[in-house]
Formats: sequence, structure tokens, C-alpha cells
Amino acid sequence: MGFFDRLKEGLTKTRKGFTEKIEQLVSGYATIDDEFLDDLEAVLIAADVGVKTVAALIADIKAGVKAKQINSPDDLVPFLKTRIAAILAAGEGAPRQAETGPTVIMVVGVNGVGKTTTIAKLGHYYREQGRRVLLAAGDTFRAAASEQLEIWGGRIGAEVIRHKEGSDPAAVAFDAVQAAKARNADLLIVDTAGRLHTKSNLMEELKKVHRVIARELPGAPHEVLLVLDATTGQNALSQARLFKEAVEISGLVLTKLDGTAKGGVIVAVKSELGVPVKWIGVGEKMEDLRPFVASDFASALFGDR
Amino acid sequence: MVFEGLADKLQQTFKKLRGRGKLSEADVNDAMREVRMALLEADVNFKVVKDFVAKVKERAVGHDVLESLTPAQQVIKIVNDELTNLMGGTQSRIAISPKPPTVVMLVGLQGAGKTTTAGKLALLLKKQNKRPLLVAADVYRPAAIKQLEVLGEKLEIPVFTLGDKEKPVVIAKKAVEHAQAYANDIVLIDTAGRLHINAELMDELKAVKQTVRPHEILLVVDAMTGQDAVTVAESFNNDLGLDGVILTKLDGDARGGAALSVKAVTGCPIKFAGMGEKLEALEPFHPDRMASRILGMGDVLSLIEKAEQAIDIDKAQALEKKLRKEEFTLDDFLDQLQQVRKLGSIDQILGMIPGMGGLTKKLQGAEFDEKQLKQVEAIIRSMTKKERRDPNIINGSRRKRIAAGSGTRVQDVNRLLKQFADARKMMKQFQQHQKSGRKGGFKLPFMR
Repeated sequence: MGFFDRLKEGLTKTRKGFTEKIEQLVSGYATIDDEFLDDLEAVLIAADVGVKTVAALIADIKAGVKAKQINSPDDLVPFLKTRIAAILAAGEGAPRQAETGPTVIMVVGVNGVGKTTTIAKLGHYYREQGRRVLLAAGDTFRAAASEQLEIWGGRIGAEVIRHKEGSDPAAVAFDAVQAAKARNADLLIVDTAGRLHTKSNLMEELKKVHRVIARELPGAPHEVLLVLDATTGQNALSQARLFKEAVEISGLVLTKLDGTAKGGVIVAVKSELGVPVKWIGVGEKMEDLRPFVASDFASALFGDR
Repeated sequence: MVFEGLADKLQQTFKKLRGRGKLSEADVNDAMREVRMALLEADVNFKVVKDFVAKVKERAVGHDVLESLTPAQQVIKIVNDELTNLMGGTQSRIAISPKPPTVVMLVGLQGAGKTTTAGKLALLLKKQNKRPLLVAADVYRPAAIKQLEVLGEKLEIPVFTLGDKEKPVVIAKKAVEHAQAYANDIVLIDTAGRLHINAELMDELKAVKQTVRPHEILLVVDAMTGQDAVTVAESFNNDLGLDGVILTKLDGDARGGAALSVKAVTGCPIKFAGMGEKLEALEPFHPDRMASRILGMGDVLSLIEKAEQAIDIDKAQALEKKLRKEEFTLDDFLDQLQQVRKLGSIDQILGMIPGMGGLTKKLQGAEFDEKQLKQVEAIIRSMTKKERRDPNIINGSRRKRIAAGSGTRVQDVNRLLKQFADARKMMKQFQQHQKSGRKGGFKLPFMR
């Protein structure tokens, strides 16, 4: 089964709710009137797209109607699909890598979004391509977080650099970068403790980890990924904004899309902050994390028509 | 998205409306549009919003505007009251079974914070002289059991585990037997996070429920959850029958509309709220405060409470006296600064003041201001006693010394002295105004 099918399968629940509602809507109306647009608005808001972005999309639709691009409710799905894909695709590109030496990926996010699991899956993805992967257990705060990463490391065949609980995460990062250089690793993935973006002291700590990595390996970290839980609502905007200010995140990882949540907030994050989604997780299996392709996501979201 | 508080927006809406009287339907319609936006931005489920707005509208139209309120305030009051009502009274208690042990089961999605919450809840119960037993029934997530064990060790609370090879049903059953044998009067079962649509894992929870017959099943919900909170809560409630909800990660800046959604769908009371990473940070849930928060109106009550705890009343009164006599010195200035800092970081404090919600966003992280506060402290501490009492004597060479001593620049010292002089001048004017005008003493902020 190709990944596109997995994506579609993973998004089945997501798509039900979403497309079905739109289709019901489309079949229930003969013309696009205000009532229709109100209902459409509700569907988009229910997908967590966010009030502002929805307003922009609705304005687009109204303009489309005026310009005769949309003539009946039937034209709506293709129109929206293209619009959302366009928003998400702007600036799409392959993950950044080091030209020589190890590529460093730093993974950040609030508590409970699935950072450690995402790192395991990322590591697995690169291990499958035959790369030497090193993991840094930078979550020295949560009880047994290092153990969790170590178990994953064992499963995917990646070494784990860890210190004891409560030690300085920047020191872990330092050691990990040295180890990555010494052992000729292709890839170093640095875990960090979950932290709320509003805690300035913890964000300072994160900046320090970032600084240490950058100092020890020029050009690093090559990617700073913010992990976002698909169930998250509008707070994702605030998360993305503040993590961006602190450590200049280069992309998002959207996790837990296998539930009923639609993850629509990524549209808002992209359109308001310009942060692209780079990876997407649609299930609990190791293979279920893949590079994000906007057109695939939009197609899968709306079904194949 | 710097969200202005709903209060500000409504104020705008009602600008044209002067004077008092009854609220007309048109006025209310305008206002309801803003209310709806505010609720949606706070992640309240759109269906819940729809019902809620309809209800409020019904109540608001034709309502007399109270004499002391503007129409905007009146609408906010109605909205706030209704929200508070909807979220229910305070019921932050675990129903203790007359025949121990009381069995409590924590359920929820992955990453909601079940394990940490289990630890926090156990600590809370321990403080109430209970003898809780933590049960590690998350056999799926790597090192989840270890996490609970570490928590248990920190809290000095026993943790029951059979490793990750046993089925959760068996673990739960044996744990209850263990509790009976060792006189633990509360059993807290930490279950694995799962998707509400994963039938297999939901069946497992049902089996655990049937085996140990828990007195309370609590759903742990992340305050940052979006529109999907309704679907999740509905599923868990249908499958298991929930007795209550614990809202986690409320110490962030999420407005927590999920609280309202979950309450509206399940009807279950929200019993506790997780307010921080420390293990003591589990607090009773306050519907009234949550209402203000969802509306972006700040958490005035919390601030007042915090202020009452932190501010030394005697000191404040002494300060007031000094102010009256115009003897306010840099020492007092420093003192006041420290009092304010006891309340928390500046961004925390501002977040709790109505109308400051937007400002908090701008100050986000506020480390800049925290740094400035520290700098001011350092500068004042580098002055001699004499200098603090009479800043006028601080000449050029003294300024240089103070700057060197505090690790700042002379410009920083200059700025502080200017600010202080301005503050003093302002107070003087205030005093004169008070003397000539109204009765009643001059009150410092935070004095009541």
C-alpha cells in the first residue's frame, strides 16, 4: 500500500466529518447564498481552521462566485481544495540537510503532543534509508522520558545519548553533537522536554540548547521542528508564534491525525505565520510518519473526485 | 492573533449606544456576533456556541440595563453569568466510597496528561490524609510505568505495577486486592492514552470498568483541544459513562473553550484543573474564572486572591502613610517592586487583568521586562542608604559608581532616577488632587 493510500486511510475519519458535511451541504443547496455560506463556515470552523482564516476563505469563495469561477455549489469542493493546497504548498521544499557532516534536527513542542514518538518515527524513516542516526535525550525533565527514548532507540537501531534526569539539556545537546561528529553519524535528532510556550524561563532554556548546537556545529540545527497535535485548536497559532520567536522553527510536524480531529489549524498557522508543515503522522505504526505533501493532504482531505 | 478582549470589542459595538434603557434586539444582535467570535476563537465547539448564543440573546433582549452598568457591561454580565451557569457549580471533590477503597480511573487521549495528573491527584488526596495507591495500567507507551514509578517515589506514594506483560484488566483487579490488603483507601488507575475511535482499546477500558467497578471515571482533557473535544468527550462518555473531567495545561495561554464544550456534551462537572508542571499544581476548577478566561476578560478573581496572599498589608499601610507625607524613597520603591514580583512574572499578572489580555501577548515571554525589573533592583541595591533616602545627592561620580556596582550603564542609572522623580511628582499631584477634592484615602494598587 502506498503512502497516499495510508494517508487516505489515516484521514478517513478526518475526511468523513469534513467532506461529507460539505457534500451534504452541496447537495442541499441549488445556489450559493448567504445561508449556504454560513453553513460552510460552520463546517470549516468545526475543522479548527480558525475564525480568521475561515473568513478569508469565505471571502475567496465570494470573489470566486463573482468572477464566475464558482457557478454552483458543485464547483465548491475543487475550488476549496485548490485554495487550501495553495496555502499549504507555498514554500514547500525537501527537509534541509547538511552538505557535509551530520544533519541536526531539533524537535520542540508543548507537553503531550508526541515529540518522543515522532523522533522515533523520524529516526526510523532515516534508518530505513540506511542512514546512521543518533538520538539525543534532551528531555531531562519528565520522569522516564530518557528511558522512553532509549527503548525506541533500541527498536529502530539508533544510539541514544543521555544524561541523568534533571541534568542540563544543553549539556546533553553538546555531548550529542560531539558524539555525532566523532561517530560520523548522518543524522542527529535532539529531543527536548515539552514546555508551554508561555513559560519564559523554559523558552530561555530551549534557546540555550539551540545556541549550543549552533555553536558546536556551524549551520546546525538544520531543521527545528515544532510538533503539533491535530486535536489542538486555535492555541496552535500562539504556540507556533512563540516557538518561532524563540528558536526560529523551520517547520511543523502534525501528529495524531488518525483520530477525528482534522488538524485544520495548520491552514491558519501557514497563512498567518508562514510556517510550513513538513511531516505528517497518520497512525501509530512506525511507517505512519511521512514528509508532508500539500496537494496529497488537500486531496485526501476532500476525497478523490 | 493579538486578541482584544471581548470587553473591548463590545465597548466598540456599543459606542453609538448612549444612555440607558432597555437592550433592543438590534443592539443585542450586534453584540452576539462579537460574543460568537470570541467563543469560537476560544475553541468552544461551534454547535455549543450556537445554542449558547441563542440562549443569551433570549435573556438579553428587553433586559433592563442596570444603573451602574453600560449596555456593553450589561451584555458581558449576562454572557458571563450564563457561561458560569453552564459550566456548573464547583464540585472539585472525588466521591469517596463509604466502603474503601474508592477506585478512580483516569482515561483520555494520548498526551492529555493522564500520568502526571494521576501523580498530582494522588498528592492532593494524600494531603487530605488519604492513603492513595497509584496503579500503572499503561502497558503500551514505552516507559510509562517507569514514569509513574518515578512520580510515586518523589511523592512517597506507593505504585502498583505488574510490568507491561500483564493485561490492564488483571493489573487493575490485583491492584484493588492489593489496596484492600495494605489499607490503601484510594486506588488511582492510570490507563493508556487511546483514540476514542479505537474500538479494541475502548473495549479494554470497558473490561477494566466491569472488573473493578470504579467509583469515578475521570476524563483528562488538554485545555488546548480544539473543536474535536466534543467528539472525544462524547465517545468516552457513551462508552464508559464519565463522572467528571480534569482539564490540564491551563497554565498556558489557551483560552480553554474545550471546558465548555465538554461540559455541554457530557454534563459532567469539571473537577480539577492542572495549572503547572509542579506536582502541587492541581487546583479545584472555578467555573466563574473559566468563564472570564474564555471570554478573554482576564482572571480578576485569581489576581485578587493572589494579591491578598502575597501582599503584606502592614507594609502597604506603612507605604501609604509615607506617600501621604511625601517621604517615598527609593527603598520603598524597591520594596513595592518586590511585593509586585511576589505575584508572579509580569506576563502572568497582566494576563489576569481585564483589558490586558492583548498586552500580555505583546509582552509574551516578558523576559525583557523581567530583566529590567532585575536591573532596577540591582541599581537600587548598589546605592548607599543615604542615596536611597535622598536621590538628589547622586551626582556624576556616584552614578558611575552605582553603574559599576550593579553591572549596568550610567544611562540605566539615569533613566531609573528620572523615572523615580517622575513617579514622585505624579504622586505629589495625586496627593494635592485628593486633598482639594474628594474624601477617602489614596490607595495603592492591590490595597483593598
